[in-house]
Amino acid sequence: MTLTSANYRSMRHRKQLYSFLLTALVGVLFFAAFGVTEDRNAGDFLSGFTRILDFPSELVAESAANARGLPALMVGFLPALIETLNIAITATLIGSTVAMLGALFAAHGLMPSTLSVLTMRRIFDLLRAIPEIVVALVLIFVLGGGPVPAMIAIALHTIGSLGKLFAEINDNADLRPIQGLSATGASWFQTMWFGLLPQTMPGYFSYILLRLEVNIRASAILGFVGAGGIGYEFKNAITWGQGRYDDAAALFLMLFATIIILDAASGRIRKTLSEGG
Amino acid sequence: MTDASHKTALNIHRHMRARVVAAAALPLLTLFYLAYVGFAFDVPKLMREAEGRNAAILLRDASHYKIHVDTPAGQIKPSVSVEGERKGRYADDRLPAWVEPGTTQTIIDLGADGSVSVRPTITTIFTADGQFEILRDGRKLRLVTAPDIVPENMRVGPRRITLTGDNSRVTITPRGTLVYRYFFGWEMFWFARDSRFADMSLATLMRVAAVGDRVDPEHTNVRVMLSDIWHNPVWRHNEVVWAIGETLLMAFLGTLGGAILATPLALLAARNINPLAPVRAFIRRVLDFVRGVDALVWTIVLARAFGPGPMTGALAIMITDAGGLGKLFSEAAESANQRTLEGVKSTGAGSAPLLRFGLLPQILPVLVSQTLYLFESNIRSATIVGAIVGGGIGLLITQSLATQKDWEEVAYYLSLIIVMIMFVDHLSSRLRLWLIHGDK
Repeated sequence: MTLTSANYRSMRHRKQLYSFLLTALVGVLFFAAFGVTEDRNAGDFLSGFTRILDFPSELVAESAANARGLPALMVGFLPALIETLNIAITATLIGSTVAMLGALFAAHGLMPSTLSVLTMRRIFDLLRAIPEIVVALVLIFVLGGGPVPAMIAIALHTIGSLGKLFAEINDNADLRPIQGLSATGASWFQTMWFGLLPQTMPGYFSYILLRLEVNIRASAILGFVGAGGIGYEFKNAITWGQGRYDDAAALFLMLFATIIILDAASGRIRKTLSEGG
Repeated sequence: MTDASHKTALNIHRHMRARVVAAAALPLLTLFYLAYVGFAFDVPKLMREAEGRNAAILLRDASHYKIHVDTPAGQIKPSVSVEGERKGRYADDRLPAWVEPGTTQTIIDLGADGSVSVRPTITTIFTADGQFEILRDGRKLRLVTAPDIVPENMRVGPRRITLTGDNSRVTITPRGTLVYRYFFGWEMFWFARDSRFADMSLATLMRVAAVGDRVDPEHTNVRVMLSDIWHNPVWRHNEVVWAIGETLLMAFLGTLGGAILATPLALLAARNINPLAPVRAFIRRVLDFVRGVDALVWTIVLARAFGPGPMTGALAIMITDAGGLGKLFSEAAESANQRTLEGVKSTGAGSAPLLRFGLLPQILPVLVSQTLYLFESNIRSATIVGAIVGGGIGLLITQSLATQKDWEEVAYYLSLIIVMIMFVDHLSSRLRLWLIHGDK
């Protein structure tokens, strides 16, 4: 026994000291950073904190007065919601298809060439790093307004994030079926289709569902900066201010309901998938 | 074959057929959906109206800069500036070598595109296609000499004549002659025109920095150089660095604050920690609500209360994250090993030591790694939230996007964002591995 009890105790003390210092450092950083951002903010924290409910309560008061009109408003905004959903679904479909193809070239077990794996992964990193909002605004300049720029922007981001996750799934795939198939003389496409996809598809699918949720939120946000859909209506209603708060409330309820329903549905589907049902 | 095995075979058969139908139906449905979306998004109209020219302008502007040579009618002496900005004006005694002002005319050399001679009333353009002489006659323009065929890149009107070359553009109006010459690169990136180091090459700069006489007797040359770069009025490097810092701060505050808020809520929502079912259900509904309300809505509500700025952005990220992390943390707590907890409880430990020694060691790695994951994605969110609340690099990039002409700034900010995100990704994945495995 080289570890004496005094020795042990001193190590323990040192460890406690380190964790204490680390926690203190993070705490000090946190409050210092908060102070910096508060200085550069238009309003300060304390006075803002007391006003935090002003806007929601104004909104609720006005829309409660007009509660009967809300369903009609919601029906009126339905096309906008459908556009937002279409942007998200199309972007997810296109993005995940490209990501699936790309991920085949980004997995160590499937590609003998390290160069292809590294290049593909860097491309995915790059696509994830570019903020959707920038791509969307640049594309609006080139393609004109409308839903397509937003869709392309979200699809590019989807390729980046799903590509990385799919490549990780492919890395963990069992290589024996693939080797067995290629030993029978199957083509590369057949090997992937019958050897790889049956094992990786459930994993892919659950990530795609999660991504769809994220993309619906992204699609709403992009609408806010001018790409159409429910986000755009939201911006109009809010900048109009009093008098159109019932619009804002209707839009809020629609977005909220969509996200909740989608969250529940995709949670259930993923559960079924992971239980192998 | 027994009846039972026959039935199983039939079932398998039916099952297989259902799968084949599903396998055929899914791609078909997808195709139908895409076709519908193509019409809903009006793709044909988009194809007709897409501005291919805008893409070319964008690419050229993002990678090139132009120098304006502006000579008012009736004069010879040109005013030369980068992109026509006052901040980018060349001093009259330090004009670029390709602009030669003389006593009777100014010769502007346009490289492969030819050259231009500017006199008070007559402007002559020399190109590979021939010679064009334009006379300014009162408020009208007259093409005095020109080759028989006017080239395609020339537009001739009574009040405006333009000739667009590969790397230049000459515009003649009754008010004067304006010549653009394009150069590859980002102009004045390090030193603006008003800096004393503006025209120096890298070698000269190094020599001046190392052994040159002091430009400013008070400070060393290196210091003056750094200060000139930092205060560059065109690229505003100091503001950009601040903006990046703000974005990082928003993400840091939002993630850490979200994690701090989420922890007690998660413990109250975990079945194995909190025995009070109604409280649990209530906290869960609160977390669901916070997650269900989009980050966009939180941002708008908070911007009303706190005004625009980075703190508002940080608070918006904080609230959104508290919802997401609260759910993840409570799931982590519920899946913690129950026997460890019971073991600690059996020693007679109160609730604080129970959490500290029974629960925390089990869930801390999950907590930290989830929080770090979120930090990575929050750097991206902070860029977008910043564009809405008016803080950080998100604000700068949307401002330069809004003008639809400063594409080189967009390209610059975009590259900075990419570098920042990749750097943070790398750092946090290293940190995650180190925290989980205890080594690198």
